[in-house]
Amino acid sequence: MSRTHVNCTVNGDAVDFLASDSTSLLDALRDELDLTGAKEGCGTGDCGACSIIVDGKLNCSCLMFAAEAEGTEIVTVEGIADGDQLHPLQQTFLEGAALQCGVCTPGFLVAAKVLLDENPSPTETEIRYALAGNLCRCTGYDKIIRSVQEAAVQIGAGT
Amino acid sequence: MKYAAPTTVDEAVGVLAGDADARVFAGATDLIPQIRSGRPEPSVLVDLKRIDRLVGATESGGTWTVGAATPTSTLTADAAFTAAFPGLSEASGLIGSDQIQNRSSWGGNLCNASPAADSVPALLANDARAVIAGSGGERTVPVDEVVTGPGQTSLAADEFVVEFEVDTPPANTADAYLRLIPRTEMDIAVVGAAVRVTMDGDTCTAASVVLGAVAPTVVRVPDAEAALVGSTLDDATLDAVAAAASAACNPIDDKRGTIEYRTQVAGVLAKRAAKIAAERANGGANS
Repeated sequence: MSRTHVNCTVNGDAVDFLASDSTSLLDALRDELDLTGAKEGCGTGDCGACSIIVDGKLNCSCLMFAAEAEGTEIVTVEGIADGDQLHPLQQTFLEGAALQCGVCTPGFLVAAKVLLDENPSPTETEIRYALAGNLCRCTGYDKIIRSVQEAAVQIGAGT
Repeated sequence: MKYAAPTTVDEAVGVLAGDADARVFAGATDLIPQIRSGRPEPSVLVDLKRIDRLVGATESGGTWTVGAATPTSTLTADAAFTAAFPGLSEASGLIGSDQIQNRSSWGGNLCNASPAADSVPALLANDARAVIAGSGGERTVPVDEVVTGPGQTSLAADEFVVEFEVDTPPANTADAYLRLIPRTEMDIAVVGAAVRVTMDGDTCTAASVVLGAVAPTVVRVPDAEAALVGSTLDDATLDAVAAAASAACNPIDDKRGTIEYRTQVAGVLAKRAAKIAAERANGGANS
């Protein structure tokens, strides 16, 4: 089996790993780097549970080959908190009960972070469009949307 | 499977020429699900995104050149591109979620050769050309000539699309793309309709009408184009456009829509897209 040596930055740390050329980036993150936040839901890019940020852009890590990560800067859900200080989105998701089983949550958090980084005061419609690539099958979307709105307010207020 | 990331067009052609089972990819948003669903694995995965010419969009001398692997999110975020081609931009922006938009490309959308590809009707409506590289050098063909059937293209095994060329539209010209899907977002077209018109005041002087998802390939509708040219897009003309669009359909029955439904909707969308394109061409409210 052909393997590629991949060098990249993950959550601010330089990392390297060996990946079989057919391995998805999602599997490499989970199995080689023990970053199990990103989940495999559908494996076809429909559900967004595997969402990560690659060079500032939201991506489904199940639809990337690990070898494509060479030289990229990756952020996963494990990297969005500031040390022990949860990201405002993580805090508002907790307080707003925006999760039940939690499988979709890392993907929603990462997608919402990309949205708020680009658009600090999104409308509800903009939030719904930005999260349209993330599916939740238990909580329902309203608590998620409200938690993103609350996080936007908190970030805007500097709290 | 082996992974290769050539940095020049020649290097990529060399990999393809040396191995008939090698396959190029850009975003892999179709390729990976196809492999996972049991399609044969390519011997070599040729990632085209490290080749400079394949990524980026520039305008020069009245022609836009768009790398075949350029993410569609790059195009929809480009204000100058979107102003020149509002319909092509909106069609490109309908390919999946934000996650997919950061990977999906015209080259992939075209060469995956799905009859329902959203960007392809709008590319045809704008007379886009594909620059294709292979062992024999490069050739430029109308985008119409690339797809020959579902999952089938006219490209040889050692060829791939490098970039697209789309001429900046003449004055008072605009396009529009409408798509019907069973939900409001994130689905595959039941019908897609792209229309481009050039207006001289209230009168249409040139028109392109192209449908997606209603035949084995994207189809032009010359009868609808002929009905539009010389008209003021009055009701009788729009009815003729709709009738011609419906008559051009040769669709399948599937879970998204029946033959009868697709045929009817194709007419409705063609008519509505023509009205939007004409309003845009005249600087109207939908522009």
